[in-house]
Amino acid sequence: MAGMKAATSAATAETGATEPGTAETGATEPGTAEPARARRPRRAKRAYGGALVLFLAALYFVVPILASLWFTVDDPAKGFTLDAYAKGLTDEGMLSALGLSLRLGLATVALGLLLMVPTMVVVALRLPRLRRVVEVLCMVPLIVPPIALVAGVSTVLSWEQDLAATPFYRTFQLLQNKNFPLVLVLVYTVMSLPFLYRALDAGLRGIDLKTLVEASRSLGASRTGTLWRVVVPNLRSAVVSGAVLSLAMVLGEFTVATVLGFEPFSVWMVHVGEYEAQLSVAAAMLSLLITWGLLLLLTNLAGGRARNRRKTTA
Amino acid sequence: MTTTISAGDSTDTRAGVGLRLGGLRRAFGSTTALDGLDLDIAPGELVALLGPSGCGKTTALRIIAGFETADTGELLMGGEDVTGLPANKRDIGMVFQSYSLFPNMTAAENVAYGLRVRKASKAERAARAAELLELVGLPGRDKHYPHQLSGGQQQRVALARALAVSPRVLLLDEPLSALDAKVRLQLREEIRRLQLELGITTVFVTHDQEEALSMADRVAVMKDGRLEQCAPPNELYERPATPFVAEFVGTMNRLPGVVREGGTVEVLGRRLPVTTGQGAHPEAGRTVDVLLRPEGLQVHTGEQDGGEHATVRVATFLGSTTRLHLTTDSGAEAKADLPSWEAGSLTPGTRCTLTAHDNPVLVEERDNPVLAEKTAS
Repeated sequence: MAGMKAATSAATAETGATEPGTAETGATEPGTAEPARARRPRRAKRAYGGALVLFLAALYFVVPILASLWFTVDDPAKGFTLDAYAKGLTDEGMLSALGLSLRLGLATVALGLLLMVPTMVVVALRLPRLRRVVEVLCMVPLIVPPIALVAGVSTVLSWEQDLAATPFYRTFQLLQNKNFPLVLVLVYTVMSLPFLYRALDAGLRGIDLKTLVEASRSLGASRTGTLWRVVVPNLRSAVVSGAVLSLAMVLGEFTVATVLGFEPFSVWMVHVGEYEAQLSVAAAMLSLLITWGLLLLLTNLAGGRARNRRKTTA
Repeated sequence: MTTTISAGDSTDTRAGVGLRLGGLRRAFGSTTALDGLDLDIAPGELVALLGPSGCGKTTALRIIAGFETADTGELLMGGEDVTGLPANKRDIGMVFQSYSLFPNMTAAENVAYGLRVRKASKAERAARAAELLELVGLPGRDKHYPHQLSGGQQQRVALARALAVSPRVLLLDEPLSALDAKVRLQLREEIRRLQLELGITTVFVTHDQEEALSMADRVAVMKDGRLEQCAPPNELYERPATPFVAEFVGTMNRLPGVVREGGTVEVLGRRLPVTTGQGAHPEAGRTVDVLLRPEGLQVHTGEQDGGEHATVRVATFLGSTTRLHLTTDSGAEAKADLPSWEAGSLTPGTRCTLTAHDNPVLVEERDNPVLAEKTAS
């Protein structure tokens, strides 16, 4: 459940990027409002209305987080305590589960990008007619519920015994390695396709791909060189936002992991919650922090260059 | 003010590579973009491909660049067959119509990109980028990103980027069409100056006849995927090979005339020799359209013999010349350019006599359906 929260927070951070504009008007308006009020009362009213909506939305997100925070630091016997956090940070189960989730997330993002960036570039350049097909294919995971997806996957995995005598057996074992279950990476990659597609599609629409690629080719660059030096750098913010959404999805994913019997962070948290509620919620708070940290890091990676550019203009 | 250009040793050996387009044919589905295009471009020459949209000029350029492949035909660069060579192996420089600078790189990085691909050292790249930015008149802009440059500056950087690799052939795909008039004029002159100084073989695609005529050594006028005429600007203007070229380049009058014996045509009370152009002579006695330039017409005040009587409708003062719009008594419309000092008395409503200078003229049969359409519009 806390994993879900992590995903929601990622989504909030995404929309948050567009929010400051509204927040700014809300903040600057009161200062200028004094002389302006007589002339533009409506404008001021609208600004206050915006602030109200923002305040209500903030309540909606902040109250549950504060309640969880209170729950983790308040012990009926001892009063304020950070025991739950200390325990969580030293708990081996939690650290290994969190490590697994992060590794799964990174592997998923890497595989997803490796698959989608070249595909979408080729489709945009050479096969524009396939654009709709790719879009529909990439959106399918949104429509198919994870439980249906995992049912299919477990059926395939159950062939393992029948294949015991063949070389495929090793592959099946490798896929289900408890330390790093590749099968989860494969399933998560499929589940991340909608996020990657949407982000990359927006990014590709924002640049004149054909001209940039042709310019690079005319200057002697190979196809891969062009992809790496020209296309990817100009899709940077799209790649980052797709990666952030996919990562948040993986960190919060529960259904597939639990049905296939693996224990990444989300599954561990639910298990622990059954007997140690405070530790479980503390872990949820930590995961929230980690997700925010990652978001901040990635957004900085994406925005760094743009900010430098703005500085040179000024 | 002369700028010495040290474009690098490689430039000297590469400049002036000839280009040969042999029987290029290209169809997209049912539309034929190129229908057997033959064109020889001499080393160091600037040839403009001119024509209305859809005439195949851009397709021709993209085939030279290697972005399109011809269905049939061959392409030779300096005698070498490059028909099947991929774009990145052709050693070309190209400037595009839309802004094509890499947004993630500074001006200097953009210019040095081709050298980076060719694995030149960092110092060499920086030196060459600075040299070329200076060449295109943008010294000190090396650290600017494309979005910090104006449209004209971006196209200058794009030109520097194309030239940085000392290409064998420079391809310009309507590089000025996105710029405003003043910048366009300025950049046009600079491109020509650079091209002459570097002696680089250049193909320039444009739909702007003024641009083509003012910049090119030769202008290749295209229509429906074929070459109509390829000639120096003055020849194209003075001796167009076909009615299409005649009307596409400059302004043309179409006045009714009657074909006479001995390859002449009677128009505006005169007998003028007919140039054959590409078509055959029409038979004597037929009514044809005679193509006459506005400056090839003479206008005399009053109703005189030896010409056709007409009325001035509009007089437009254009500085040294004045353009008169006239209607002849037989109902034909004509435009005539006169030196302004002669046209002073020819105000609207004035009766006058219209004749033609004694130059050879192109004629076209009147029952041409294309023509009928044109007259209707």
